Amino acid sequence: MSFDVPDDRQYLASHEWATTDEPIRIGISDFAQDELGDVVFVELPDEGDTISHDEPFGVVESIKAVSDIYAPVSGEVVAVNETLHDQPELVNEDPYGDGWLLEIEPSDESEFEELMDADEYEAQIA
Amino acid sequence: MATRRPPLYGVHSDRGAGFTDFGGWEMPVEFDSIRAEHTAVREAAGIFEVSHMGEIRVEGPDAETLMQRLTTNDIASMDVGDAQYACITDEDGVIHDDTMTYRLPEGGYLFVPNAGHDEDAEERWVDYRDDHDLDATVTNETEDWAMFAVQGPDAIGLAADAVEDIGAPLEGDDIADLTRFTATEATVAGADCLVARTGYTGEDGVEVLCATDDAEAVWAAFDCQPCGLGSRDTLRMEQGLLLSGQDFHPDENPRTPYEAGVGFTVDLDTEFVGRDALAAQKEAGVEESFTGLVLQERGVARHGYEITHDGEPVGEVTSGTMSPTLGEPIALGYLPTDIAEDGTEVGVVIRGEEKRAAVTTPPFIQ
Repeated sequence: MSFDVPDDRQYLASHEWATTDEPIRIGISDFAQDELGDVVFVELPDEGDTISHDEPFGVVESIKAVSDIYAPVSGEVVAVNETLHDQPELVNEDPYGDGWLLEIEPSDESEFEELMDADEYEAQIA
Repeated sequence: MATRRPPLYGVHSDRGAGFTDFGGWEMPVEFDSIRAEHTAVREAAGIFEVSHMGEIRVEGPDAETLMQRLTTNDIASMDVGDAQYACITDEDGVIHDDTMTYRLPEGGYLFVPNAGHDEDAEERWVDYRDDHDLDATVTNETEDWAMFAVQGPDAIGLAADAVEDIGAPLEGDDIADLTRFTATEATVAGADCLVARTGYTGEDGVEVLCATDDAEAVWAAFDCQPCGLGSRDTLRMEQGLLLSGQDFHPDENPRTPYEAGVGFTVDLDTEFVGRDALAAQKEAGVEESFTGLVLQERGVARHGYEITHDGEPVGEVTSGTMSPTLGEPIALGYLPTDIAEDGTEVGVVIRGEEKRAAVTTPPFIQ
């Protein structure tokens, strides 16, 4: 099975992505949503909260599992995808688009250098 | 212990199934999505491979006595072809496993312990037989049998299409004549099968046992959604059906049939291991009872999460999920009997936060 890995963003080993162009959005990868299966609930921080690189900031619950989500980069949360409250299945249906989780104002641009590009991430999940 | 694989492991793998370890077996957990498989069973039909379930054959002059002594229900009441649900209890009345027993057309019994329990059951049966000088043969045939469950409102129609000849004891030409909790010999795809009108989903349907060599042909004879253990679990939870080892466990969560809500499997007029302890408990009443919860807030209650009442811990969730049918989080567990009543407000602690829940006697769906 092959998974979608768009090259306009960067990836954390624990299967989260961050876009590199403003606004910086964060989500989970196609591989991650497939591993989890039917997402039924997403628990996210509030606007104004800060998240830290490689630290858990929320959870995704699917029917079969609960999984922590880790921050690809540190920053302040400036927007939360409220649509997921009523439609958590968007994480499955469109993990790189309508299924995004947070928008953040990054606090340390150098952290992007620690992330994988699409080719490296694709090699990891191959 | 080496992992065991069901006969159709390769077929499921080719179909793109994901697998999970369950009771020492590497079983398909999901083919397409748990939700899609769940919905297929509620609205049409689905087929599950459940060959991880054990099969123990008991034959001989004392087969009935041996079965009677080691299961809680009344084996003597069974006619040929009957299927009977019962618990396997110890001297304290604690459930070690729950099982379905079939009285076979060719004589004797076949009972079906849960995944990974077949060797324990075989040992229990052999030891009891030897200790009591009973004349019966006990054979663990788990590796010889494949087992499938075809479940859903369309399942009987699918079974009617798949079944070719019907043997003893049903005979005739219509598998729809098979009544609930009975089984019959029948051929499917040319293979000899035992077809039972039983299941674990709350839907109508059949369970089909055949030789492992015939598994692929029999599986292919039912044209419906393949389903994994993920949807099997959500389907049984919506019905409040027990999962051995999770909703009760002889060491980690010892429970009697009365506590577990399956007192209907206990016939105190028969002689069986655990009878006296259960008679005493029935007289005294149970302090804790198995019941259901519906969460009033977002979150998923899972095995081991604490249940509170007036801020005090009163129990633990034994099983929980997001109900695909209701779109609400549901849970099962044991509560003090005096609060295990419909509508009681309780809490479930999810990641340190107490979420409101209402006691709701299962089944959650009608």
